[in-house]
Amino acid sequence: MPLARAVQTGQNTAMGFAHTLGGTRYVFDDLKTLLARATPFRSGDALAGVAAGSAAERVAAQYALADLPLRHFLHEAVVPYEADDVTRLILDTHDATAFAPIAHMTVGALRDHLLDTPDTTALAPGLTPEMVAAVSKIMRVSDLIAVARKCQITTRFRNTIGLPGTLSIRLQPNHPTDDARGVAAGVLDGLLLGAGDAVIGVNPATDNIETVMRLLEMLDHIRTRFDIPTQSCVLSHITTTMVAMQRGAPVDLVFQSIGGTQGVNESFGVSLSLLAEAQDAAHALQRGGPNVMYFETGQGSALSANAHHGVDQQTLECRAYAVARRYAPLLVNSVVGFIGPEYLFDGKQILRAGLEDHMCGKLLGLPMGVDICYTNHAEADQDDMDALLTCLANAGVTYIMGVPGADDVMLAYQSTSFHDGLYARRITGKRAAPEFEGWMTRMGVGGDAPALHPALIGLA
Amino acid sequence: MSLSLRRFTDARVTLGRVGDAQPVAAHLAFQAAHAQARDAVWSALDIPALQAALPGAITVRSQARDRREYLLRPDLGRALAPCALPPAPGALVFVIADGLCATGVQSQAAALITAARPMLRLPIGPIIIAEQARVALGDAIGQAMGAAAIAMLIGERPGLSAQDSLGIYLTWAPRIGRTDAERNCISNIRPGGLSAPDAAAKLAWLLNAAQNLGTTGVALKDDMPATPLLP
Repeated sequence: MPLARAVQTGQNTAMGFAHTLGGTRYVFDDLKTLLARATPFRSGDALAGVAAGSAAERVAAQYALADLPLRHFLHEAVVPYEADDVTRLILDTHDATAFAPIAHMTVGALRDHLLDTPDTTALAPGLTPEMVAAVSKIMRVSDLIAVARKCQITTRFRNTIGLPGTLSIRLQPNHPTDDARGVAAGVLDGLLLGAGDAVIGVNPATDNIETVMRLLEMLDHIRTRFDIPTQSCVLSHITTTMVAMQRGAPVDLVFQSIGGTQGVNESFGVSLSLLAEAQDAAHALQRGGPNVMYFETGQGSALSANAHHGVDQQTLECRAYAVARRYAPLLVNSVVGFIGPEYLFDGKQILRAGLEDHMCGKLLGLPMGVDICYTNHAEADQDDMDALLTCLANAGVTYIMGVPGADDVMLAYQSTSFHDGLYARRITGKRAAPEFEGWMTRMGVGGDAPALHPALIGLA
Repeated sequence: MSLSLRRFTDARVTLGRVGDAQPVAAHLAFQAAHAQARDAVWSALDIPALQAALPGAITVRSQARDRREYLLRPDLGRALAPCALPPAPGALVFVIADGLCATGVQSQAAALITAARPMLRLPIGPIIIAEQARVALGDAIGQAMGAAAIAMLIGERPGLSAQDSLGIYLTWAPRIGRTDAERNCISNIRPGGLSAPDAAAKLAWLLNAAQNLGTTGVALKDDMPATPLLP
């Protein structure tokens, strides 16, 4: 019988949850309230009106959450099953066999188990995003790092991403007018500093089909001219990419921003069936694989789209990962500090959220990267990003971004630079994806790299 | 490298390298640009100057009372403070909004509207100037005026290289509750990015297509022929 039939929808079973702390009894009406109140403070949950009212209430919720049996998550949905296709996806595809070894545990016991066990990878299909969100809420930063680094997730297109001992970099050579030579200059600068093994991925300034196709042709030309074992992507809306594929453009990866409820995905102009259709179209091109999808997510997107159902933003972020894993992506990253200070106000909130997103994505089986970033209206700076980068490098992050000088001149935010990528690999002793590493050696990257001459890609 | 890649882009390429880090000149240049961007977030519209350039423009405010509240409460930035707006049925209404940085709107909005005027088929309604405004404030304004479409000219988040960037969000049949998937966006309008005349041409193309389709957003594909962006 599908699990979903047994799911309670609407109001909770009756009693809710409670914990007494310091002589005060705190009551939480339902699962989504319990999860929200247990979440370490961030501005987005305050904006949504779901944050704990006091520090003591937060810890009381964490106690109550720690006592909650994992089985409960299969019987109470945070967003109603009937109303939301992401809830249906989560519950209808839950793997009871993978869940069996932890089926007797509470959230608190799962936390201790994850910290104690050497390998968590087999658990992924048995974990729901809400279970993973819950366990992260009773973890400290060091726990988020220690657990994440146990997860091994490997994916493949033209090279292999996520092997032990590797840290990959998305080369992000954006240009404000999508100028071909401007983008090419960014690509070459990144290649010369060892970036680009995750993907060479351009955010186009417009969704104009001709422009997107021109960028796709240009990136494919650079890749083939230099014979680089990597993949390219123009991060246009999925419907634009589908038109580009129909028109014969060289599309390696299909990109899309996704979220954790049906409503947020509708606000992005996508549905689960559309994602599947695009995945099929990309497979049909047979340019590489088996992993052909690239997704971005970020805490706060659901509230931004007014599609949050009173659920805290970190739980919704984990639900976006459940959407992502349905399509076996090559790459997934949170754009953690990009969504804005109304969701993550300062460096402290961004740091924790980045580590939560990474660990939760990994526990759910995703090749998780992080766009370690902030906008200029957030209370954050480069020091905060260095701290998050250092933590994530040690947490085994699958990939990070490489932006010239950390300054994205098109999207107007700051991410990590090519130099930051070198630093992260150096301090952790990690290397690029092996195929790309071999190419770097052949090309003399790090030295003169005479084969990577600008004139060969039209920069003369 | 024999040839500087900086000829081709304003991005921070060919910075050099000390160990794995950026040399001190590149480091300090970054710090200086970030400091300027931080200051730009707190810039405000010069309303008298805008009204002088666009006679008859009407000023409105969102419900966000100050910059900090604006940053923390985007819901208030989307809600219109009580005001009286004239009807503009069937018209395109331009809204000039501060958004996350007023500088680029201040310097480019009037020129952009002037450039767009002769290319537009729809009548143009009264021009609105909006303070502490988010994109969706245009829905409330458009609904109140009964406008056919809203073109929101709004200051974009300041970056390190550009603190004068303007975006246009075009929404057909604006009403409260429209999502961003129901809009078309033209971004990076600034000297060194998309020029105001090119942006005006793109706006006219999109508006024409929106009028034919009866909608904006993901259903309206920007299929405008690309113009050569290089000399």
